Amino acid sequence: MLRYRDAFTLPALLSAPAASPPPGGGDRSGSRQTPSPRPAEGVSASAIAPDSARASKAAPTPDASSSPLQGEGGHFSFLLVSALFVLVVAITATVAVAQQPAPAKASALEVLIRWAPLLLWGFGFNILISVMAMAIGTVAGVPVGIAQLSPVAPLRIVARIATQLFRNSPWLVLLFLCVFLIPFEIRIFDLRIPFPDWAKATMGFALPVMANTSEITRGAIQSVATGQWDSARALGLSRRKALYLVILPQCVKRMLPPWMNLYSLIAMSTVNASIVGVNEMITLTSQVHAAEGSRPELLAPLYAFALACFFIYCYPIGKWTQALERRYQLT
Amino acid sequence: MQPIYDWFREFYERTGINLTFIYDDFDRARIIKGFFLTLELSVVTVILSILVGIAGAWLQGSRLVWIRRIVAAFISFFRNTPPLVQIYFFYFGLGYLLPRIPDGSGAMIPMISNVQWAIISLSLFAGAFNIEIFRSGIEAIPKSTVEAATAFGFSRWQTYRLVVLPMAIRICLPALGNNLVNLVKTTNLAYAIAVPELLYVSKQIWSDSTNVREMMLFVLFAYLALVFALVALLNAIERRLAVPGFGQQGGH
Repeated sequence: MLRYRDAFTLPALLSAPAASPPPGGGDRSGSRQTPSPRPAEGVSASAIAPDSARASKAAPTPDASSSPLQGEGGHFSFLLVSALFVLVVAITATVAVAQQPAPAKASALEVLIRWAPLLLWGFGFNILISVMAMAIGTVAGVPVGIAQLSPVAPLRIVARIATQLFRNSPWLVLLFLCVFLIPFEIRIFDLRIPFPDWAKATMGFALPVMANTSEITRGAIQSVATGQWDSARALGLSRRKALYLVILPQCVKRMLPPWMNLYSLIAMSTVNASIVGVNEMITLTSQVHAAEGSRPELLAPLYAFALACFFIYCYPIGKWTQALERRYQLT
Repeated sequence: MQPIYDWFREFYERTGINLTFIYDDFDRARIIKGFFLTLELSVVTVILSILVGIAGAWLQGSRLVWIRRIVAAFISFFRNTPPLVQIYFFYFGLGYLLPRIPDGSGAMIPMISNVQWAIISLSLFAGAFNIEIFRSGIEAIPKSTVEAATAFGFSRWQTYRLVVLPMAIRICLPALGNNLVNLVKTTNLAYAIAVPELLYVSKQIWSDSTNVREMMLFVLFAYLALVFALVALLNAIERRLAVPGFGQQGGH
């Protein structure tokens, strides 16, 4: 019944028409037979589609100048934001100097340079967690997504409930759930498998990834024209073979942009692990702050540094995703 | 109500499932307050983020290239940085730079409280996404429609308010709904700056009563209920706004 599914596929809705399920479509009936409107089927039909993705694609004569984000604004926005970071560090540094008459204390810039290796190490840990969560979530999510369209009713229902449950609950709550409820070690007879905090946090991030990947997979499968299923059937392929040999290979392209968006989001939310005490970048940032005497004027530059790291990491991913969307949209 | 409280107290003694927030007066008051704060955060940030989106989308259509660039930079900043660090940066970083003002009793308090900072940063975060959403809706409107409005003698602002926006909102409602659901789910990041919302008071309760499992599940279902209520509301709005023959497909 949910029309507004998990918000984290918003970018997918916005920019990847193929991956968004047809409005009011097979979601309820649960059968793959629902005809899914293809983006290219006609401007007149898709220009008024409630799905903004398709609508924006079908906008008549979208010349480059009308979308500043993709046009000249693209590189400028990167430069502008970078300039802003520099400005913030500079301003807070001078404010610090103005308020601290004692020259013995290190300036914000000195502190940043001194601790940059440690902070970047923490940032690397963030990326490691995000990559692992993404890997686990994807490996688990794709089969769940396929199961959502299974002809076997119990399997389909369980897959749908699991997907909706984990997509619609806040990521932070799921993280808490995993960190507090997974035991710190699992004992199988004499074998002890320790479960450190960061591993539990990784599971906490993998859960929403699984649910979102499941939805992305389902949307992609449903967006493949039904004629593909029919012709596969006509060639004598079983449903399973049609899925693996014909449908899924076509889905990869459609899934890639929303999946990369999801990665970007999960990479950014790895900082939530600092709330539950995992030793990642933001935890280290507050430790660095404490080590420098907890001077409040250092907070702005330190957090600006963290923001800059994530910006530099996520901005190219976003641009790459946009480029892929544009490329696959033409086919 | 007393029999119900007693029943849950007895339920705890019988089963070990400790739902303090039902039978304990203090915990119940806390959780109700926390729930309403989450509700307040959600409502206020949703409204503000929509306003940011409308304003930003309007500015993006500006003729001045620098305004467009600044809006684009705003969007890419908020889209590509973690919302939690944004909150920290605003609350700890910028909050320190602002002057302190005396409150009623003469103590110096920060000019902007943690709840206000949470509202500001979450609204800007979701607003940046809303700008993109509204832009895609605006771009979907045929140029001829805008030209027709201009031909009628509408000014730029009139065209935007009376023609473009009503159509664009109907087109982008599904995407907007997704983002607002996301925003409601993100409000619990305010936990990090000690805003006593639902997750924060739940943590207080489970620290006091060591009933982590019960509280965890309660929080999960409370948020799910909130999200599903919002989804129902958005579906109702979409039905209400539906114009026959426009923005509908497949007869739904």
